[in-house]
Amino acid sequence: MARTVWDSSVGKKTVMAVSGLIMLLYLVVHMIGNLKIFFGAGEFNHYAHWLRTVGESFMHYEWTLWLIRIVLVVAVVAHAVSAYQLSRRDIKARPSKYVHRKPRATYATRTMRWGGIILALFIVWHILDLTTGTVHSGGFQEGHPYQNVVDTFSTWYGDTIYIVAMLALGLHVRHGFWSAAQTLGAGSRSRDRALKTIANVLALLLTAGFIAVPVGVMTGVVS
Amino acid sequence: MALEYADFTTGEPVTDTKSPTGPINERWDTRRFEAKLVNPANRRKHTVIVVGTGLAGGSAGATLAEQGYHVVQFCYQDSPRRAHSIAAQGGINAAKNYRNDGDSVHRLFYDTVKGGDFRARESNVHRLAQISVEIIDQCVAQGVPFAREYGGLLDTRSFGGVQVSRTFYARGQTGQQLLLGAYQALSRQIAAGNIEMHPRTEMLDLIVIDGKARGIVARDLISGCIDTYFADAVVLASGGYGNVFYLSTNAMNSNATAVWRAHRRGALFANPCFTQIHPTCIPRTGDHQSKLTLMSESLRNDGRIWVPKATGDQRPPNQIPEDERDYYLERIYPSFGNLVPRDIASRAAKNVCDEGRGVGPGGQGVYLDFADAIGRLGRKAVEEKYGNLFDMYARITAEDPYTVPMRIYPAVHYTMGGLWVDYDLQTTIPGLFAIGEANFSDHGANRLGASALMQGLADGYFVLPATINDYLARHPGHEDITAEHPVVQEVLAETEDRINLLLAVDGDRTPDSFHRELGELMWEFCGMARTDSGLRKALERIPQIREEFWRRIKVPGTGEEFNQSLEKANRIVDYLELAELMCLDALNRAESCGGHFREESQTPDGEAARRDEEFSYAAAWEFTGTGSSPVLHKEDLVFEYVHPTQRSYA
Amino acid sequence: MKLTLRVWRQRNADAEGAMSTYQVDGISSDMSFLEMLDTLNEELILKGEDPVAFDHDCREGICGACSLVINGDAHGPERTTTCQLHMRSFEDGDTIDIEPWRASAFPVVKDLVVDRSAFDRIIQAGGYITAPTGAAPEAHATAVPKPDADFAFEHAECIGCGACVAACPNGAAMLFTSAKVNHLNVLPQGAPERETRVLDMVAQMDDEGFGGCTLAGECATACPKGIPLVSITAMNKEWLRATRKVAKR
Repeated sequence: MARTVWDSSVGKKTVMAVSGLIMLLYLVVHMIGNLKIFFGAGEFNHYAHWLRTVGESFMHYEWTLWLIRIVLVVAVVAHAVSAYQLSRRDIKARPSKYVHRKPRATYATRTMRWGGIILALFIVWHILDLTTGTVHSGGFQEGHPYQNVVDTFSTWYGDTIYIVAMLALGLHVRHGFWSAAQTLGAGSRSRDRALKTIANVLALLLTAGFIAVPVGVMTGVVS
Repeated sequence: MALEYADFTTGEPVTDTKSPTGPINERWDTRRFEAKLVNPANRRKHTVIVVGTGLAGGSAGATLAEQGYHVVQFCYQDSPRRAHSIAAQGGINAAKNYRNDGDSVHRLFYDTVKGGDFRARESNVHRLAQISVEIIDQCVAQGVPFAREYGGLLDTRSFGGVQVSRTFYARGQTGQQLLLGAYQALSRQIAAGNIEMHPRTEMLDLIVIDGKARGIVARDLISGCIDTYFADAVVLASGGYGNVFYLSTNAMNSNATAVWRAHRRGALFANPCFTQIHPTCIPRTGDHQSKLTLMSESLRNDGRIWVPKATGDQRPPNQIPEDERDYYLERIYPSFGNLVPRDIASRAAKNVCDEGRGVGPGGQGVYLDFADAIGRLGRKAVEEKYGNLFDMYARITAEDPYTVPMRIYPAVHYTMGGLWVDYDLQTTIPGLFAIGEANFSDHGANRLGASALMQGLADGYFVLPATINDYLARHPGHEDITAEHPVVQEVLAETEDRINLLLAVDGDRTPDSFHRELGELMWEFCGMARTDSGLRKALERIPQIREEFWRRIKVPGTGEEFNQSLEKANRIVDYLELAELMCLDALNRAESCGGHFREESQTPDGEAARRDEEFSYAAAWEFTGTGSSPVLHKEDLVFEYVHPTQRSYA
Repeated sequence: MKLTLRVWRQRNADAEGAMSTYQVDGISSDMSFLEMLDTLNEELILKGEDPVAFDHDCREGICGACSLVINGDAHGPERTTTCQLHMRSFEDGDTIDIEPWRASAFPVVKDLVVDRSAFDRIIQAGGYITAPTGAAPEAHATAVPKPDADFAFEHAECIGCGACVAACPNGAAMLFTSAKVNHLNVLPQGAPERETRVLDMVAQMDDEGFGGCTLAGECATACPKGIPLVSITAMNKEWLRATRKVAKR
């Protein structure tokens, strides 16, 4: 079955849809967690610590977090590899362009590809910046995420990269969620409006929720 | 009155030796029982060529392959799915009697013989009516999405010329759906390796060796390569020849080359003058017109046909009051009204237009008005039934048929004539079979609506696969032939010569200009109404056009490439010969019957008058050379079950 | 009307192609688009030039042969087939670009003619119901609920013209394939081959080199028969269902 799925263009789309939805679910949780920053350093840092101790007693320190990380890495890799292979197939299937070009409604398609690349680059930066601290501006302090976040968003480029990425995320989720529903066969004529609304609301909430943090830092609400 | 016309001679009568005698409802069973069978294990050793992939060819190819024969099939289209059967709109008749409205096999048989104005063979028509029932079963099993009622059962409607509801349909696309069913069955056999399919390949000649059909010459339309293909039997399912008229409802590339080349090789051509003019087509708009579009006859179920009472009435239709309108079909034929058979409806339209009461540009049109139906049923119901047809009309004419009555005018639609075949659908060349519109067999002088699809599928699914066995079983040991065979070489050389000649003339007229000229001539003199003098004029003119064609034709490009002008020109060569035979046949048949209306032969009130004592025969013509006198072989028609009466739809 | 036409000319599959410019005059607004091209071709033949090759046959919008991209739109500006497009959709003095379907699965044969045999092979892979002649049960033996029959019909309307592929930025054949899958899979007669049909047809579609679906929706916009985009969704559902069922066997 895995072979059938991976070998088929429809199957690969399914992989993209499922991995996309996993990431989407994670992002919703991540976004809600981020908002804790507005309740002060103590609460935010405590939340960050809690992430490492979730499920304790049964799970060892950071096990749950690593489990989530592994699932996410698998999802990201599956999503990206499928996207790459499908894009290769698509480009090969339409090698020559029409001489008469029209502004097309392929906006969604094009932003999906570019948006995906932007998001992939962003994830790398984001991890190097706030998880490992490798490219962090100022002194990265393990265990003090509140201060690290404030540091990052105190730089113009930190804000710019983050906000651009979150706008890309909104667009990506907007088409991606609806598209995943179609790929998984959940769409129908009667459900189409509802699915599009959910996609729009999700996209809007995620973008707004994530951008709230740098805006909070810039406006001094968070410092 | 004996006809004095020196340009043909009368030969021996031709008889159908295959039809069993005995009670008519047992003949098909008898024939199937008497026919020899080919052992299933031996079938794959037999190759059958099928030319055409329409309803007849597609269904025949699929069924023969299912039986185990090796089928080699051809179509000029880029895919077998595009054969012109796809354009049939209205429906398919079957004597299912699901409506419990008094229908039966016998009634369908009776209606078809009567509708054909007693010029069809009873045995064949009865078999067709019997098989009609199986066709619906077969198509439903294939997944053809016929219209259904809320209970989930099949819906039917009534169609021109009959008073029962026996027409099964799939909105206005019945032909498409039936054809796709056959195409899918064909596709299954292609995938299974039982059919070798050659799309974009056109048959250009027939190979006859030792008196038997053994193969064809065909041109690959992409490479231009002319090749030979051999088989134990050849089936022509190449459709009708309505495109002789240039403007018709046929597809642009539908052509008569396969049947005409077979005729030239010895197959008799029967009743070439029997052409059907369909009453409900969209009128032409100008000289640029390349083809005519049909509006399904089903429109006559609810639409009312009328013209102004006064001649030259130029007012828009909605300003003409009710009492100044002439609903002429309802007036002349009160019991059938707008549902009279096609030939009658067409001629009536021509008559009112000839009186100067026609509407639209050039006065070549009559109104088909849905105002009453919309008032009675509501716009929504009318939309549901005819929406796609209304849309098509609106697109072509830029008029809204919901508010302005449609304008319609008759157009050439179908040819009842074709290659003469016996009860087994075999032509006079052993091993050459003709099915569907390509043969002459079932519709006599006029075809009833929704019967073409029935005949095509009956021939392809059920008749031919049963009868071809008999031929193949009786000729088991065909010697292998190769391209080196002298006959093959000769046929190939003739074909190549003709192509080269067409390219060599390099004159100053396009293929279309000749086609149009021929079409206009045929429409004027061999169209809806024919006269002795008109036909003689056409017979004088056609050889002149032919001569001019070979002097002035211009075909650009070469033969070794994709060359649509060459394809066209090559088809016109055959039209120019066939047209002559059509006119000759029309001239010989000095009676009116069905779609063939001779002005000299009409009743006092202007209806077609048959002359059974002289013309109760099928006219099968033998070719003797281009421009030389053909030989007429008569097949007497015997009516044991339906006694010829003057058709009355009043 | 007087028009400037820019037409894709390509001698054969292997030759290089380019746009050529032609002027046509005396075009009536009642002409169909193909009749306008006929006019051009008549002139070209008399001038001794090679006429423009294009596929066409029934000219009533049902055979699916005609296939032109007009001003960047498959079948031109109206939602119909090229043969049913009339010149009244254009203005006097317009410049019109005419190109063939573009997709690597549809190689150009000549000028505006392309090879769409890939579609036939997708149907051959499973776009049928196995019902050998003579084996059919009585037509009324199985009732088909009207909504299912209507759903089947709506998808069966596909004419196989390939506009969906031509319009798709990925050259995908999902709409074509889904139309046939949905037509047959919803019917009780199609049930025995329901799983293999969709799996085999999708596999063949991939093998032919069509692109994947990004749900851009261009196909459904271009489809002259109005096959809806949700047709693809329905096929995806069928495909997933089939994959699960076959894995269980």
